Amino acid sequence: MRIELTVNGEPVAAEVEPQELLLDFLRDRLQLKGAKRSCDVQVCGTCTVLVDGGPVSACTYLAQEAAGRDVLTIEGFSRQPEFDEFEQAFARHAAVQCGFCTSGIVLTLKSLRDAGELRDEADLRHGLDGNVCRCTGYQAILAAGRDLLTGGDR
Amino acid sequence: MSGTVERTGEVGFSATRVDLAEKIRGQAVFAGDVEVPHMLHGKVLRSPLAHAEIVSIDTSTALAMPGVVAVMTGRDLLDIDPYYGHAIKDRPIVAIDRVRFAGEPVAAVAAEDEATAQAALAAIDVTYEELPVVDTIEKALAPDAPVLHDTPLRPGLFHGLGELPERDGNVGYRYRMTAGDVEAASAGAPIVVEDEYVFPAIYQYSMETHTVVADYRPDEILLWASCQHPFLVQAEIADVFGVPVGAVRIVVPYLGGGFGSKSYTKMEPITVALSRHAGRPVRIQNGVDESMVTSRRHGMRCWMRTTAAADGTLLTREARFWMDTGAFADNGPRVTATAADAAPGPYRWQAADVDGSCVYCNTAPSGSYRAFGATHLQWIGERQIDDVARRAGLDPLELRRRSLVRTGEPVRPDGTGKPLDADLIGDIERAAAAVGWDEERRPWRGRGVSVGLLAAGAHPVSRASVRLCADASVEVNVGTTEMGQGARTVMAQIAAEELGTTISRVRVQGADTRFTPYDRSTGASRSTTLAGKAVQNAAANVAARLRETAAEVWDVAEEAIELRDGRAIHGDDSLVFPDVIAKRFGFRGGEIIEGGEVRPMGGDTGSYAEGPVFWEVCVAAAEIEVDPDTGVVEVLRTATVADVGKAINPLLVERQDEGAAMQGLGNALFEEMVFDDGQLVTDSLLEYRVPRIGDLPGHMTTIVVENADGPGPYGAKGCGEGALAALPAAIACALADAGVPMTELPLTPERVWRRLQAD
Repeated sequence: MRIELTVNGEPVAAEVEPQELLLDFLRDRLQLKGAKRSCDVQVCGTCTVLVDGGPVSACTYLAQEAAGRDVLTIEGFSRQPEFDEFEQAFARHAAVQCGFCTSGIVLTLKSLRDAGELRDEADLRHGLDGNVCRCTGYQAILAAGRDLLTGGDR
Repeated sequence: MSGTVERTGEVGFSATRVDLAEKIRGQAVFAGDVEVPHMLHGKVLRSPLAHAEIVSIDTSTALAMPGVVAVMTGRDLLDIDPYYGHAIKDRPIVAIDRVRFAGEPVAAVAAEDEATAQAALAAIDVTYEELPVVDTIEKALAPDAPVLHDTPLRPGLFHGLGELPERDGNVGYRYRMTAGDVEAASAGAPIVVEDEYVFPAIYQYSMETHTVVADYRPDEILLWASCQHPFLVQAEIADVFGVPVGAVRIVVPYLGGGFGSKSYTKMEPITVALSRHAGRPVRIQNGVDESMVTSRRHGMRCWMRTTAAADGTLLTREARFWMDTGAFADNGPRVTATAADAAPGPYRWQAADVDGSCVYCNTAPSGSYRAFGATHLQWIGERQIDDVARRAGLDPLELRRRSLVRTGEPVRPDGTGKPLDADLIGDIERAAAAVGWDEERRPWRGRGVSVGLLAAGAHPVSRASVRLCADASVEVNVGTTEMGQGARTVMAQIAAEELGTTISRVRVQGADTRFTPYDRSTGASRSTTLAGKAVQNAAANVAARLRETAAEVWDVAEEAIELRDGRAIHGDDSLVFPDVIAKRFGFRGGEIIEGGEVRPMGGDTGSYAEGPVFWEVCVAAAEIEVDPDTGVVEVLRTATVADVGKAINPLLVERQDEGAAMQGLGNALFEEMVFDDGQLVTDSLLEYRVPRIGDLPGHMTTIVVENADGPGPYGAKGCGEGALAALPAAIACALADAGVPMTELPLTPERVWRRLQAD
């Protein structure tokens, strides 16, 4: 089936299989490898991309569901001016270790902030509960996230 | 504690990770991101049965499917000796005649795309004849148990355990350590603590699953592999496929976590064999369910007895334990030996007797996982120390103060090996203080402190080279695998420090065995200490060449030349490095490239010979609260100690320690692989729970201790494992302090609740 969508601001038209996952579409067809595959069951969050601004697990989201929508991956977000602030925060606190979960976490934080849901520590903990990081023990990610808060806790 | 270290040089300050930008931008390449021309996709048919004879395999239907290029079974490996295993060569590339665990590879398909390969698996017809399943340690040790491996033992290339003993039934390896006369020393002891304990199988869950791209060519076997020890894998692949070591080239991209799951050889042989059979490059990427049955932490049963005098003076410690190593040995012998080292704990014993067995079972193979052996035994030994303290009417901290081994004293009760190279009493005092040790006790709350040592460093062989280019940029070639720990950043800091330049000029490469100098492995907390020392030596040799040339220019002694800020300096004279190199070669080109090495004997590394390279400190304290109605254990405060000698990058040390602590929390409270009749029940992240952000303790403290007592560069020693062994022990001790003495991990609500009901 044919779909048309926007990926990182560019229009994309493609023939996809009905069962084709958005993750495979992005990684294999468009060569956007920043979203990673891990658990395959929507638990770990490492495949997170934004669809119309909201986070989805691309491992359990069909490519065809993205038809007519706006998809943002880490490759697209890292070209936006706002990204610098995220990179600085993650660098300051060494919130990246192996880096496998990082793009999913950064995109989740961005969507929370865009939605006005990154006001305080509670928002941060609630919003990141769908992103597993096995390396950091989360302290570093929380510290970076605090630097990105928009509310009084910042 | 972060950010407080004043910068005085390139070492000892929290430099930004050198890999941060490419990782956060999604540009870092992992094995699963590698695509090569004509690459096929491989899928593995895995046995549904835990123990069976293979009667027949019919691959004809699968092979006839459009898009399927090759189907490989054991029959396609008859021209080689298709067995591997770095400790014991007991594992076929795919099952030959018999399967020994549910999940064992039986066949592999290479197809034009992954979906076709997956579909072809279902078209392979295997007929099995079921055999009795030996899925537990008890069944494996029964006198009439079927024996999983009945051929003569073949030692692997890298067991490192002296002469391996012959197997005894399903006991693949046994390690004994005795010191003194336990019977005499414990006779009539007024305090005897004795119990049996259970430790579960655990999944490392590196988020990147095992992934390999292999290209078997006539002149070279080329791999991109998610492996921690590329040089050991290179040697095993050469051995199995009968080619020279130099004809195997392994490129290691970034690893999406390792934690031991990618140590030694894993999915590399089957991927190479499939590429050989298909005649094209092949990628195999495990699913999480497949990685779970590729490597895991050993489940264990343990009996332990500790005796003491009425005043708490420790007398004897005895331990018998049995490790479930699964169907193949993998790293089981080493895990068993390291566990035996941890069993006595770092105390002054009058006598000790430790007897560990590594037992084959029809379960998925067990290998390395961060702080192996120490994590298994520390919580048991420390629970018994606390019981002794309780019986003697002593504060557990005070008993430890009195009984711990002091710096310079032998760690092993039999007096062998390296003496203690740390200040354990200082470490436990700090940890205990951080969880409010002397604060008022409240009902259903408890505090625990734990201390142990992990034999660290593995075999001390590391080489590195440092290349100073004509423009003064620096390349560090070192085989350490960057799997998140920050090795590339630390290596850059060490090289910059030695050369008198800044890390912005330094580039650290990943391993490519064709070009990168040999490094034994990335594990056992060894990289900063050993590979870091090799980098330091290599950089110092480059610095010597710079001094040599500058000394010639100014006609002064080499020792009078200082290297600082990218310049060679003598009094008021100075030359930037590019000018020094131009003087050396007479034109604006050339380079200075030098090697450095670390080996057990010789040079300035003689102390590595006695082993272990260093004792990694495993110290933690915890405060918990248990809900008596539900059995839920809430961790209120934790403190872990990173006793690192010298923190090359203090923030990265803290991050390593925190990550280990969080894994320790998961190991203590809920992580458990459940097997039923040899079948893994918890085979996805829906059933296997790893710590999430909501599981963070109320307050977590990392204490970095720098006593410059390590054998690595600037007095450094490794970190990143200790907290994982120490925190489960501190939590179990805290729970016992709150009134719930548990003898089985993890401390799930149901298990804790049942223990409460039993009172």
